[in-house]
Amino acid sequence: MSPKTLYDKIWDAHVAHEADDGTCLLYIDRHLVHEVTSPQAFEGLRMAGRKVRAPEKTIAVPDHNVPTTAGREDPSNMTEDSAIQVAALDKNAKDFGIHYYPVSDIRQGIVHIVGPEQGWTLPGMTVVCGDSHTATHGAFGALAHGIGTSEVEHVLATQTLIQKKSKNMKVEITGKLRPGVTAKDITLSVIGATGTAGGTGYVIEYCGKAIRDLSVEGRMTVCNMAIEGGARAGLIAPDEKTFAYCKGRPHAPKGAQWEAAMAWWKTLYSDDDAHWDKVITLKGEDIAPVVTWGTSPEDVLPITAAVPDADDFEGGKVGAAQRSLDYMGLTPGTPLSEVEIDTVFIGSCTNGRIEDLRAAAAILKGKKIGVKRAMVVPGSGLVRAQAEEEGLADIFKEAGFEWRLAGCSMCLAMNPDQLQPGERCAATSNRNFEGRQGRGGRTHLMSPAMAAAAAITGKLTDVRELM
Amino acid sequence: MDKFTTLTGIAAPMPLINVDTDMIIPKQFLKTIKRSGLGVNLFDEMRYDDDGKEIPEFVLNKDAYREAEILVAGDNFGCGSSREHAPWAIKDFGIRCVIAPSFADIFYNNCFKNGILPIALPQEQVDVLMKDAEKGSNARMIVDLDAQTVTSSDGEVFQFELDSFKKHCLMNGLDDIGLTMEKASAIDSFETAAAQARPWV
Repeated sequence: MSPKTLYDKIWDAHVAHEADDGTCLLYIDRHLVHEVTSPQAFEGLRMAGRKVRAPEKTIAVPDHNVPTTAGREDPSNMTEDSAIQVAALDKNAKDFGIHYYPVSDIRQGIVHIVGPEQGWTLPGMTVVCGDSHTATHGAFGALAHGIGTSEVEHVLATQTLIQKKSKNMKVEITGKLRPGVTAKDITLSVIGATGTAGGTGYVIEYCGKAIRDLSVEGRMTVCNMAIEGGARAGLIAPDEKTFAYCKGRPHAPKGAQWEAAMAWWKTLYSDDDAHWDKVITLKGEDIAPVVTWGTSPEDVLPITAAVPDADDFEGGKVGAAQRSLDYMGLTPGTPLSEVEIDTVFIGSCTNGRIEDLRAAAAILKGKKIGVKRAMVVPGSGLVRAQAEEEGLADIFKEAGFEWRLAGCSMCLAMNPDQLQPGERCAATSNRNFEGRQGRGGRTHLMSPAMAAAAAITGKLTDVRELM
Repeated sequence: MDKFTTLTGIAAPMPLINVDTDMIIPKQFLKTIKRSGLGVNLFDEMRYDDDGKEIPEFVLNKDAYREAEILVAGDNFGCGSSREHAPWAIKDFGIRCVIAPSFADIFYNNCFKNGILPIALPQEQVDVLMKDAEKGSNARMIVDLDAQTVTSSDGEVFQFELDSFKKHCLMNGLDDIGLTMEKASAIDSFETAAAQARPWV
């Protein structure tokens, strides 16, 4: 047998049909659904008189729209259009018989945090969702990617996707990370190096010692932003850490089935002499705590750097950089550590897990915020409960943070958590696009520890100075 | 789905790279449970000021481009989220074809599900078409899907590449789900075999 990459192995195990031109029907093991990209898909099923083919493999949770303040179980506490979307998901989940975690359930949260937490996401699976950050689940060695609403309908009706295979790209992070450097700094640094289109047409496998050293949660942060690098998906080969994370989760296999699963999962790695269409290598030691300065996730610089000049760039990027600088209200040459922050947002599918909250709380312990407002939005009700049990919630509250309920919140600002025009935010989320966190809002992406440091000083801050 | 065969129309120039889906349709318009009606909010934050008035400098607010059916843009068009609201808004505005040096993967796929043709051409060819689009409403481009060509208003012809299956579906306005359901027996067999091999799934 010819050597294969991890992607090749998962792909081959899921091709239900292949046409002469290489167009495949890829079988989908898990379909995650949320309220914003699914109503039109369910409506399409109804109009055509179709059923959900595999309701037992379909899991729904409202996350994008929901308020993160108390009393949200009452629809009158939501805006009317949000309440309509959430009510539509309630009804669709019931009518089509799919698994569902409503807002009143402690297991509710961001779909990409709930899936792994409940053991729905397992190594070697194919996982899709009408959300680009489905890439998160690649941390388990699952082939996971975002799809549009038409494809959501296609998966609901057929449990397959029409796909052509992507190319293989290896991103290796060698060596050890330095203190204060996290999974978020890795994933942002990779995008900084390759650009937001660097992964277009590829599935990325992240490997190397620095990746192996990460926890499963850190790996989710890395894979989460594969999409910002343009890739269809990001993958990390499963190992003992992955298996330990999965074991005992509500929907993970048990007993003999666990053993059978483990036997297959242990074969899920890229063969030594597998073919790679593109290889990128970064040294873990070279990665610094980073922030974004512009309006594209590729606008990444170490916190020790200064705001660049548009003329530092080439081609179409010159105009784009100037547009970013104007939008962000930044002057070239200003040290990034002098940029003042109004707001801090800790949360999202990128950094809303318990380890993220621990990392931020470790910096914040005994300190007070020096910004106008700061909020923590745990990724799920269970993350929130655990953080309360560990005393993290008290640390955040005593520092002056708002302690919210679970959801996507200010990552995309579909709910009431939004920036005002000109408001500058240190955010642990994944996109710094114009208007992303609210019209005219200015977003700097960074790790939870860096966001906590910015919350204390009121400026973009090198977290290593507070450690 | 609407068929796409040929299109002769005004092309609007948008010489920006990394046009993301938040620019194409900001999140406040994702709260709909319908596919239609989003055209008025296409590029909303670039198109309207804080009071909801048109920003005259924005390309689609210029008289020459209000009827544009083609958009010529920079690299990595459609990056960002998977929201199909982006192609829905583009289509609802009346644009049926986007030409750029490259597209983000999910957006690219979403276009084909909605009768929109995304055409990727080398940067230098997009540069020529961008200049052509800047001539305004008198310059009409011709897109021929069957021949896989774009013809500028000066008659310069550019050939583009396209997956044959996607082309077939777009030219015939085929419904993907219907096509896949014809292969239900293959899916049934796969499911039976997979349930044996990986019963925990």
